[in-house]
Amino acid sequence: MPDITVRNFAGSIYSPNPFWLASAPPTNTGEMIMRAFDAGWGGAVWKTIGEPITNVSSRYSAVDWNGQRIMGFNNIELISDRTVEQNLREMAEVKKCHPRNAVIASLMVESNREAWHEIVTRTEDAGADGLELNFGCPHGMSERGMGSAVGQVPEYAQMITEWVKEKARTPVLVKLTPNISDIRTVGRAAKRGGADGLSAINTINSITGIDLDTFTPRPNVDGKSSHGGYCGPAVKPIALNMVQQILSDSESALPLSGIGGIGSWQDAAEFLLLGCGTVQVCTAVMHYGYRIVEDMAEGLDNWMREKGFKTIEDFRGLSLNRVTDWKHLNLNYKIVAHIDEQKCIGCDLCHIACWDGAHQCIHLDRVSGSVDGHVELHRTPAMEQAESLAAIAETPVTRKERAAAFAQGPYPTPLDRIPRVDETECVGCNLCSLVCPVDGCITMVRVDKDVAPQTWDDRTRERACPVEPSRS
Amino acid sequence: MSTAAALDDEQLRARFVELKPALAAQAARIEADRCLNCFDAPCTAACPTHIDVPGFIKRIASKNLRGSALRILDANILGASCARVCPVDVLCEGACVMNRQNRKPIQIALLQRHAMDFFWSSGETMPAAAPGAHKVRVACIGGGPASLACAAELCRRGARATVIDRRDLPGGLNTYGVAEYKLRASDSVREVEMIRRLGVEFRCGVEVDSADSLEALEAGFDFIFLGLGLGAMQRLNIPGEESEGVMNALELIAAYKTGHLRQLHGTVAVVGAGNTAIDAANAARRLGAETVYMVYRRSEAEMSAFDFEYEHAKQEGVQFLWHRKPVAIGRDEPGRLLLETVQVRETNGKLEVVPGTESAIACDLVVPAIGQSPLTQLLQDLRGVEIRDGKIVADRGTGRTGNPKYYAGGDCVNGGREVVDAVAGGKRAAMAILKTAEATHA
Repeated sequence: MPDITVRNFAGSIYSPNPFWLASAPPTNTGEMIMRAFDAGWGGAVWKTIGEPITNVSSRYSAVDWNGQRIMGFNNIELISDRTVEQNLREMAEVKKCHPRNAVIASLMVESNREAWHEIVTRTEDAGADGLELNFGCPHGMSERGMGSAVGQVPEYAQMITEWVKEKARTPVLVKLTPNISDIRTVGRAAKRGGADGLSAINTINSITGIDLDTFTPRPNVDGKSSHGGYCGPAVKPIALNMVQQILSDSESALPLSGIGGIGSWQDAAEFLLLGCGTVQVCTAVMHYGYRIVEDMAEGLDNWMREKGFKTIEDFRGLSLNRVTDWKHLNLNYKIVAHIDEQKCIGCDLCHIACWDGAHQCIHLDRVSGSVDGHVELHRTPAMEQAESLAAIAETPVTRKERAAAFAQGPYPTPLDRIPRVDETECVGCNLCSLVCPVDGCITMVRVDKDVAPQTWDDRTRERACPVEPSRS
Repeated sequence: MSTAAALDDEQLRARFVELKPALAAQAARIEADRCLNCFDAPCTAACPTHIDVPGFIKRIASKNLRGSALRILDANILGASCARVCPVDVLCEGACVMNRQNRKPIQIALLQRHAMDFFWSSGETMPAAAPGAHKVRVACIGGGPASLACAAELCRRGARATVIDRRDLPGGLNTYGVAEYKLRASDSVREVEMIRRLGVEFRCGVEVDSADSLEALEAGFDFIFLGLGLGAMQRLNIPGEESEGVMNALELIAAYKTGHLRQLHGTVAVVGAGNTAIDAANAARRLGAETVYMVYRRSEAEMSAFDFEYEHAKQEGVQFLWHRKPVAIGRDEPGRLLLETVQVRETNGKLEVVPGTESAIACDLVVPAIGQSPLTQLLQDLRGVEIRDGKIVADRGTGRTGNPKYYAGGDCVNGGREVVDAVAGGKRAAMAILKTAEATHA
């Protein structure tokens, strides 16, 4: 059975699994965190502790997409609205009841050395297994010189990290904001300041939408709104990219707790494959509750069995060096789309996507003879639609007519609805396979056999230095 | 009781509760989101009027309900009634690609109804065309779907159209002949009102049945569209057919829809096994008949009714007698009707009587419903409009008959199909008429 225990993360943090709750509403109180641990979460980053704040109502808004709720989520809630004493008293109790779970204290206080020294000492005394410095909160706190106001200035981030490290006995993680042109600059600063690890990413500045009746953006606070922090499934690709950037850069690479749109075991596996040591989850729990961790743990376990991985270290970071600069990609790698006629349902979305969004190489004219080549050879989508509208259709009212109308041909779909790929024109862009609603119907088939790889870098280098044996 | 007063009858509504309830707003959006938005969609191709199905469905998803309804009406002016009466299993929903993916097609009919219900409830109207853009005047004889569609299309394109019908209310079978649990007469009349507001003139209670009346029409109009529907139901041609207590299926449906027939009892025998026969049999059950038989000469496999109609009839408690042929209608001692039948079997494609299988069904009502035949003798004799196999011969794409002044569409041409086929025929004829008129006046 695979072992998904995390040992010595960022130095000394132990966690029975890599699934942590991010510092957010699901980790607001000790009672909540204990329920989360009972449900199976390995660790929890406490909702940011600092001087208690006053929140507004409402606080959240979301982006739905085609009927699916919360594709993206946005909040304007601040750090904990409970006193430091209350939070730390509960933290001690949580550690007493759940000694094997990781409890990380997220901290944010005003930018002076004494304040940071004091909070660090108090939280570690309460039993925190590690500290996470919240340099990322993009709304409200940043207006008071904290959160992303620190995280956007490398010098401040380094300075505060140094202050914290002067006192800290447990690992110190710095949580990075994505609201900066290059996230690595602050990662490097944190590393220079002595951080033991990083968490990334925090939420992304956002306005999720505007109410078209009241003209007020959401969330509406008495007729006004404020930019919030965006998270949820929509941000995962952005987070993955930033995680890759940080971990590929030797000056910023540190043990990393990955955050951003994680809600399933697949999401978690992807962050681990890029090199994260743990992952943090918030939005998915706010949507469905702590119970989602069961499938995350089971799914990861199943996948590891299937792949033959015994521990997380067996696959952690495996995909990191698969990301490279564009100039190192093989220009001679060539794939073309292939449509499985037995699976095609005849929606023809690949056809219109290829015509209107790609390179005009998926056609419906197979039955009139295979004509390969340039766009001018083919009927346009508009011509095809006009033809359909001009055709006379009748209700099949007799049994005989119905039998004819629904007669089964060689494929499940009538042949004239099954598109075909002109492989001479196909550029292998993937678009058709992405729009196809049927699993495995459109596959991309490799066709560049016996051609040596060549990258842009190779090509330009060859041009810059013509091959002259004497100079080599 | 007047016909108009019967249209919103409470008792009728209670007995003929709608078969399918409407979708709630969010249910409609969830269903609309499920639509893949196929290119050159098979549902659109399968629809005789070629409604842009993904187009109107995605407008529901985006809450553009007005746009959705207008998209439907643009292709099919009777989109509201078609949403209720179309046999979608063999049309749009039967063509849905979902049948080949997760097996449950998009509920196109209910979505179409959702958009059209919004249109009515919000008091929306169709944008009017500039009147008189075309000088052409067209008379549409018959007030059913084919004529309505033809006239509406003409008026939307700026021509003038007049619908002439012998009944009190226009709408044809939509008003008088569709089972009430599918389409209420009042909904049909409301649809006709919308068409009237497009500028179509209606002359109701006017019979065109003589050479004189034809001549008068020809003098007043440039073209005449024949949307005559089917004439009297075909006769059984058996002794006793004229007896009291024999009422054909369309008469029965019209009688209960207009409030003239409120109650049935005892046993009803419906002869035939088509969709109209089933409507009549179900109606007899709902009106109170304890036993309803459908008597059909052939087998279950050969009946022309759609599968869902057959299933529905079985659920209503209708009993089917296969391979039985009526031979006479008589009366027993107490004075009840006796439908005398005999078993038949098929040999070499021909039905032959099985000797010694005579039996009589004692019943209170006999309802012949074995197909319908058109009544168009006059036109054939006087105007050279060719009739073949009881149907007007007209060009499929244009509805043009042997006489260039006459166009035709709907049941009188196709021999009896669906409302949507009639709409498509009427629309095609309207466009052909305008094209001809433009060519002539250019």
